[in-house]
Amino acid sequence: MPTASISFIRPHTEVIRPPRALWVPFDIGRTLGPPNDAAFQKRVLLALMGMFEAPAGPCLEDFPEDEPETSDEIMVLTCPVDFAQDVADTEETDQLQAAFRREMRAMRPWYDMGVARRQRTAVGASGIGVEALGDFIYAFARGEEPDNPRKDISLAYTLKFAVVDLKAYYIEGITAQPGQAGASGKRLADWFWDETVAAKVLMELRKVGEANADSVMNQIGIGFIVPDKILRRYKN
Amino acid sequence: MVRLEKLIEEERELMQRMARMCPSFETHPWVEGPPLSQRRVAIITTAGLHGRHDRPFQLDPNDFYRVIPGDVQANDLVMSHISAGFDRSAYLRDWNVAFPIDRLREMAAEGIIGSVADFHYSYNSPSAKVEAAGAIREVAGLLKKDNVDAVLLFPV
Repeated sequence: MPTASISFIRPHTEVIRPPRALWVPFDIGRTLGPPNDAAFQKRVLLALMGMFEAPAGPCLEDFPEDEPETSDEIMVLTCPVDFAQDVADTEETDQLQAAFRREMRAMRPWYDMGVARRQRTAVGASGIGVEALGDFIYAFARGEEPDNPRKDISLAYTLKFAVVDLKAYYIEGITAQPGQAGASGKRLADWFWDETVAAKVLMELRKVGEANADSVMNQIGIGFIVPDKILRRYKN
Repeated sequence: MVRLEKLIEEERELMQRMARMCPSFETHPWVEGPPLSQRRVAIITTAGLHGRHDRPFQLDPNDFYRVIPGDVQANDLVMSHISAGFDRSAYLRDWNVAFPIDRLREMAAEGIIGSVADFHYSYNSPSAKVEAAGAIREVAGLLKKDNVDAVLLFPV
């Protein structure tokens, strides 16, 4: 079967030597480069599929273009969270939960706007609706274990995919705000991990997972909630 | 990925250590085919994509792939890849970043490629190890039945 592969890490592809590979200078996860740039994506595909015309292999070529620079002007949430104000408004004793709920509510119009514009959402891996997502995740951060709403996967995996959905909710929302559609992955990650209450909740969740006796919950808590790159930054 | 020289030293060393763990092969099969304009193209992605109501991927050594129908629409797919370590923000804005089916449909309409396959396949990359060889051969057979003669392999 004739194959042609995208390569992210050139030294790895040099060892494996697949029949046809196109190395791309994009961050891992951005297989065809920037979002919503059909002309750029098409150039990547043409370079990749052009390798089907090569007379012999294995062949490894480099895609010559970097991703276009972005302005990275991401703004703060339109409704900045004020912990004290949250407590005064809601009389909730758990300030972090109150702030988390408020932040999620503030993001909701932008998430809805993103879904309407894109006619699509990637939120849904957990099967938990947006309305219930925050409280489901927060229960774990508080050390509780809520009922598993799914019967086909364990509670640890439902939690993992709820976290995937939470991050997607925030990124889909913030990139629907004015001027943010083209924000870089790094800027979005910096914003999420440095500026949101959701990230504080996920850091708490990691601590709980680290101490959990259930091996799958422990594995997911340690390895699959907070990216290693972010953890290294927090430690430094 | 970003050029190695741009990574911090710790990440660069990790990539170099991983290069020493990559498998190498004694043989290098080379299969040719018709001109691109006559080829039938399928996607295999390791992004852990699947239908919204399909089973999510888990770290299960006996569960390898999901099937994505050729007429899939953007809102049909979700991503249950286990890793927290790669950038999903571009895919969240445009599914073509990881699964460029719109681009392939356009290229088929323009006559650049012959056609787009009826089925595409998705793996969850942490599970795609030697144990997956049987499932990969199975998918190769299914691709042949679909008359595919160009497979695009997309990692995340």
